Formats: sequence, structure tokens, C-alpha cells
Amino acid sequence: MRKLALNDEILLKIEKPARYIGGEVNSVMKDKEKVDVRFAMCFPDVYEIGMSHLGIQILYDMFNRMEDVWCERVYSPWTDLDAVMREEKIPLFALESQDPIKDFDFLGITIQYEMCYTNILQVLDLSGIPLLAADRTEDCPVVIGGGPCAYNPEPLADFFDLFYIGEGEAVYRELLDVYKENKKNGGTRKEFLRKAAGIEGIYVPSLYEVTYKEDGTIASFAPADPCAPARVRKQVVMDLSETTYPEKPVVPFIKVTQDRVVLEIQRGCIRGCRFCQAGMIYRPTRERDVEMLKTYARRMLENTGHEEISLSSLSSSDYSRLEELVTYLIDECSRKEINISLPSLRIDAFSLDVMSKVQDVKKSSLTFAPEAGSQRMRNVINKGLTEEDILTGAGEAFEGGWNKVKLYFMLGLPTETEEDMRDIAVLADKVARRYYEIPKEKRNGKCQITASSSFFIPKPFTPFQWARMYSNEEYISRAAVVKHAFQEQLNRKSLKYNWHDAEVTVLEGVLARGDRRVGAAILEAYRLGCLYDAWTENFTYGKWLQAFEKTGIDLAFYNERERGEEEIFPWDFIDIGVTKAFLRKEWERAMKGEVTPNCRQQCSGCGAAVWRGGVCVEGKN
Amino acid sequence: MKVRIKFTKHGILRFIGHLDVMRYFQKAMRRADIPIAFTGGYSPHMIMSFAQPLGIGLTSDGEYMDIELTEPVSSAAAVAALNKVMTEDIRVVSFRQISGDKKSSGMTIVAAADYLVTAKEGPAVPDFWREKLPEFLGQPSVTVEKKTKKSVKELDILPLIYEAELREDGLFLKLAAGSADNVKPDLIMEAFCDWAKEPGQNLHYHRLDLYAADPDGGFLSLEALGSDIL
Repeated sequence: MRKLALNDEILLKIEKPARYIGGEVNSVMKDKEKVDVRFAMCFPDVYEIGMSHLGIQILYDMFNRMEDVWCERVYSPWTDLDAVMREEKIPLFALESQDPIKDFDFLGITIQYEMCYTNILQVLDLSGIPLLAADRTEDCPVVIGGGPCAYNPEPLADFFDLFYIGEGEAVYRELLDVYKENKKNGGTRKEFLRKAAGIEGIYVPSLYEVTYKEDGTIASFAPADPCAPARVRKQVVMDLSETTYPEKPVVPFIKVTQDRVVLEIQRGCIRGCRFCQAGMIYRPTRERDVEMLKTYARRMLENTGHEEISLSSLSSSDYSRLEELVTYLIDECSRKEINISLPSLRIDAFSLDVMSKVQDVKKSSLTFAPEAGSQRMRNVINKGLTEEDILTGAGEAFEGGWNKVKLYFMLGLPTETEEDMRDIAVLADKVARRYYEIPKEKRNGKCQITASSSFFIPKPFTPFQWARMYSNEEYISRAAVVKHAFQEQLNRKSLKYNWHDAEVTVLEGVLARGDRRVGAAILEAYRLGCLYDAWTENFTYGKWLQAFEKTGIDLAFYNERERGEEEIFPWDFIDIGVTKAFLRKEWERAMKGEVTPNCRQQCSGCGAAVWRGGVCVEGKN
Repeated sequence: MKVRIKFTKHGILRFIGHLDVMRYFQKAMRRADIPIAFTGGYSPHMIMSFAQPLGIGLTSDGEYMDIELTEPVSSAAAVAALNKVMTEDIRVVSFRQISGDKKSSGMTIVAAADYLVTAKEGPAVPDFWREKLPEFLGQPSVTVEKKTKKSVKELDILPLIYEAELREDGLFLKLAAGSADNVKPDLIMEAFCDWAKEPGQNLHYHRLDLYAADPDGGFLSLEALGSDIL
């Protein structure tokens, strides 16, 4: 029997002890004496969130297929256990072996959203690993960051030994081999990092130097060591059907956010929405073979016993063999009472037909993401969805028995006017009007239209990376404009409007586009007690403001300033294939309200074709 | 066909609550490909009911659930298939057909439960248990306050202790269990320690088995009400 790191007394007084005991179905046990590399894979949030993340399941499976590697999992202890561990000086441990993280060779942290940055420091702190990479000694694990936020790693540069830029399936083996070789030869930590910097896709922040101009913008960003390349190229897996994918994902004992089999059908998106980072960094769009997906769907359901399967992609409707796959799944699953969940589907006759087969029409709601209220604004953001698409889709759905619609919008988009804001309410009302066109006896009571808006945050590697953001007060006043507009609508009693927190937006903006200097504020915020910032009940804006003030970080410099064409961005050294020139051209087209066709309609020469694969070569073979 | 499954819960599984054990078995049934029956309706769920929830922190050798099958499967094959997909610390002991009538099916029949109580630190059976337990049990009545969700009730626990025996490896208790009379072993041990004026101890509770009332008197293990499917 495994000995648990926490004693019974602790486990019985904290919430959900199952978060910390490991031993789940399909979790992997190995003999630590018989492996060369021990890798702790971390999602810096609570277990139920971390266990729902597909990327970790993929890498966990990939590493554990390697005979010389044992990959284990670690998540952020919830605040109740966090306090106990600090009080009793219990070091953070991995779930499988229950051994301290400090004993591992690597601590890999996936960085999925900015609001988890203080949790990264919590994980390091509880593990007994110095927070600053510069303070780490030979006996510390190598701390690696990856995931979407690694596309601007600079605010976290001080805390990581290295970042892996791109898709994990690509060069981890190479990195581990360099590590083993270095260890065998008695090389130091520093020697390993210098060698790692020579692997494509690996960024070692300590080997670079940044200088700043008087106005605070970057003057130069360059390697300070001959081992480090000037540009770090993101890693992609071009053949997604031949690469590793988990057949036996870990099945948690407790209910987690994503309690189902997740089948990633493709990576990337052909659409080119100008606010969307995923749509740029995952280019080129690559599909998985439909036969592979069928096989994995069957095996994963058999091996987990999950009662639901969900397709995952940025835009499922764009998957070319969707109909074949969905028909197969409906046939396979209906015999076994397994539910199918199909997110990110465009609402049309096909998807409505499928949805009526797989879900209860009366209970479910339809989701549209117009992102902006007016057609003018939608052209600016290059969101191809028109008012007609929405009203036709909603109309068909209403005729089919649905009566709940969710609409997602963004506020604070570049060039936004008061009219654009009010048009959010107008569009929601039009959807309701469409519902009440159905004769009373044929419709299902009142309709419920819920519109939600988040505040737009310009992200690195998007055409909007030059855009400015606004102050907390300005965001709130924009939401108020929309709120008032809703109150003036004919069907206001069928409409509901919610908006996202403005304070979180401001903070996320700084962390998303910040440079190395922002790291000091993150560290200070953590010291002031900030943790689990992604959880509304824990987020304390006041402490963050205090941290920025104390470290001399000016929020307005990062958020309320449109960047000039020539400005060097902190993330410019990363090569994602898509060029800065293309992004700039898209920014300029946005300012003119010009729409750019999607990758299947016409190639716009974004630069991702350098990989000679995926959608870039479709129909050209 | 109705089937009763007996299983054990040890080690780390003591930290998994009752509802999560149910979810665990729902997934295990699918992994083992057991032909379990579902309810009808728009969101069908497995026909599965558990006896007497076991609190978090307790271990057990005698947990039960009843399920319904759509087609017969032999006991040996089902036990093997289920154990093949179990995680550490949870094992299926038996898989037996029970009669469809209400008297032996359904979990309302639970009448008693056996427990073994041990101290976590020091000897499994502390000295004062040996010295004072007979006197404690020999009192005319022992009234304790029992907290329910709504109110606090006075309860005489002595009639609910069917057997108590000090053994080498711990204190054996046969207690009233089920929907009519029910008492948890920790309530008894708290009352005993209070009465003996001994500080509350760190105790471990292990459930040994669950029983239904035998119409001929005494108790019958829930497992004994079923028969192996060949």
C-alpha cells in the first residue's frame, strides 16, 4: 500500500481529500529506482480543474509510455490544505508516489490562463523550490513552463528555468535525452540549460538580456549567451493522426469539471478572428484522421467507463469529416447509453438535427458567439457570423422546440462606438422577436435570451496586439450603456444581460502583454497573499494594485496605450510561423472594417505555410 | 434479474465518499461490460442502489449494492471482470442473484452492522476499555444527544448495541443499522469515553458486514440472501 503524504487527521479535516491521494483508475505507478527521469506535471489550479485538462492527459500518457520516465501529477492545494502545509511545513508532493516535488528531475507547469500566475508561485513555494530561477541550486528540479501563456513568457521569466514553446508532443524526448546525457557526464544545471537552449522550441530566459528606452518600451531583446538563438521557433506536430494520444485517461474518483472522454478532432482554426490568440498560435489547422478518432473514441470509452464523450476543437463545424464521425458516435453511443457533447458547433440544419438526437431540446440552450452587436464591429473583428446567420439558425431552432439562447459578446473592442454597444441589446431583442413570430399555440412558453459580455483583452500574436485597453471605470460605464439599452427593448422581459468582472480584465491585460519587469509585481502580489485569482471569491484587486504600486509598475503604460508600428514586443523573439507583417496588415484591415476570408476560401499568406501541412496544403497534394 | 454485489473498501478508498463510490461503480460497470439495466426516460441511469452509506474515514469488508441485469452473467465471470477494472483498495467479493421480491431486495432490509473499533495510536485496545467497558454496558440506560439535520434528539444507545466483545485485535460491535433504528459506532465510543472520563482518542472504525433480520430470529448477512449464478 502506498503511504500517503498527508496523515488521516489532515485528510479528514480538509475539503475533498480525494484531491490529494492519487490512486485513480489508469493513473500510472512505476518503480522510481528503475527510471532515469522523474517528471512532475503540474496544472496550477485545484484538482477538479487540472484533471479536466486534455493537454496534461496527453503528455502524462506520452511520458509514461517512455520506459525511462515516470510522469506524475501535481495540482495546487486548495486554500484549506495550503494553510495546513505551511503551518506544519509539509512539502508539496506528487499524487502517484506521494513523494516531495523537490525530489523530481523536472517540474513542468502548464500555463493556461494569466490568473493562475500566483498559483505557480504557490506550487514552487510549497515544494520548497526557490521562487526565482536565479536562486535555484543543483538539487532543485528544472522548472519548465508551457501552454498558451508561454507565448508571452516574459512576465514569468524570472520564475522559470526554461519554457517549451509549442506542442508538447514534438521535442520533449530530445530535451530529456539532453538532460540524461548531461547528468551522466556530471554536468551542472547551468550546463544543461545552455544545451537545452540549443533545442528548437526551448527558451531559456536567463540567457537573454533586455534593455529599455526612456519611454519604457523595449530597446533591445537579444541573447546574452552564444548558445541561445535569437528567435525561438514554436513546435508543432504536423501529423496529428500518427502522434501519441491517450487511450487510457486517468479517471478521477471525484466529479471534476470535465467528467468525460475528450476527443480532440483537430488543432487550429481556419477562421482568423482578429481577437483570437488560439486562432493564430495553433496555425496551420490540422485535422485528425476520422478512422483514428473512431478507434480512440471506442477505446477511451472502454478504458474509462465514462458516460459521456465530448469533441474538442476551436470550431467543430469546420472539421471536414464531422458528419461521418458524429453519425458513428451516435450509433456507437446510443446502444450504450453514452451521452455526446458537441461544443463549438455552428448552428445550422445539420447541427440542429444532430443536437436534437443527442440532447433534451427542452432543457438545453443554443449558444451563439456573435462577439459584437453590430455588423460593422463584426467586420472589424473578422467574425464571419452575420445577423442573418444568427436569426436563421435561431429561427430553425425555435421551430424545432428550443426556447433558450445564449449570446456571447465582447465590449471594449478597437473602434467601438456607443452605437456598437447598444446594438448588443438590439440583436438580442431581434432573436426574441424571431421567437415570438411563431404562433402562440406552437411555441413553448416564453423564450429566454441570455447575453453575456466579457471585456476584450488584446493578446500577443493577434492582429489586435497593438490595441489599447481601458480603465476599470471605463469598462463599467460601457457595460452600463449596454444594460440601459437592454431596458429599452420591446422583449426586455425575455432578455437577460450579464457582464464579466472589469477588475480581473485590467489585471489580465497587464499579465498578458507585460514584459519582464511585471514579474516583480506578481511576486509582490503573491507575498501580499494573492492566490487563486481565477476564483472570484479569492480575487482581491486591492492587493494587486498595492503590488503594482510598490514595484513601480504603471498599469496605464501596459493597458491604456496603443502600441506603435515599430514597437518591439516582449514576445517578438518567438516565431509562430504567422508573421508580424501579416498581423500588422490584419490590424490595418480591421481599422478599415475589411473582412479577410478564411483559410479554406483563400490563403491570405499568414506565414504558417512554412510547415507545409494541414489546411495550407489541402487540395494541393 | 436482480443481483447483489458485495465489495470491500480499504486504504485510500476510505477518503472517497458514498456518492463518489456510486459514480466509481457506474464507470466500473461500463469498463467491465456488465449487462446492467437502465431506467427509462430521457436521461436513463443505471439501476443501482447502495446499502447503508459508509462515512468518510471508515474502511469496510462488507459493503453492498443491488443492481439489475438485462441478461444473466455467471458470478465467477462477473467478479473476475469487475476486479480486473478495480483500482487498488477496492475489491468485489461476490456477485449473487437475489430474489425479485421486496423482502430480500432493496436496501431497506438492513437491520444490523458489525464493526471493529481500534485505537490508531498505542495498543489497538487501550487498557481502560478492558477495565471500564463492562460497567459502561451494564448501566440501565445511556442517553446521548443525537444531532439530526433539524433537531437534537435524546437517545438511549444501549438497546441499539446488540453485541459488544473485546477481542485481541479490537472492540467488536454489532449495532442496530438501517432505517428503523440506527446508531453509528463513533457515537457509542464518544459516549463511552465521556462516561469513563478519558480524553477522546483517535479511533479507526472498520465495518465487517451488514445484516438483514432473519425471520427465524437473529440476523442474516446480506450476502447470504443471494445465491451464485452458475
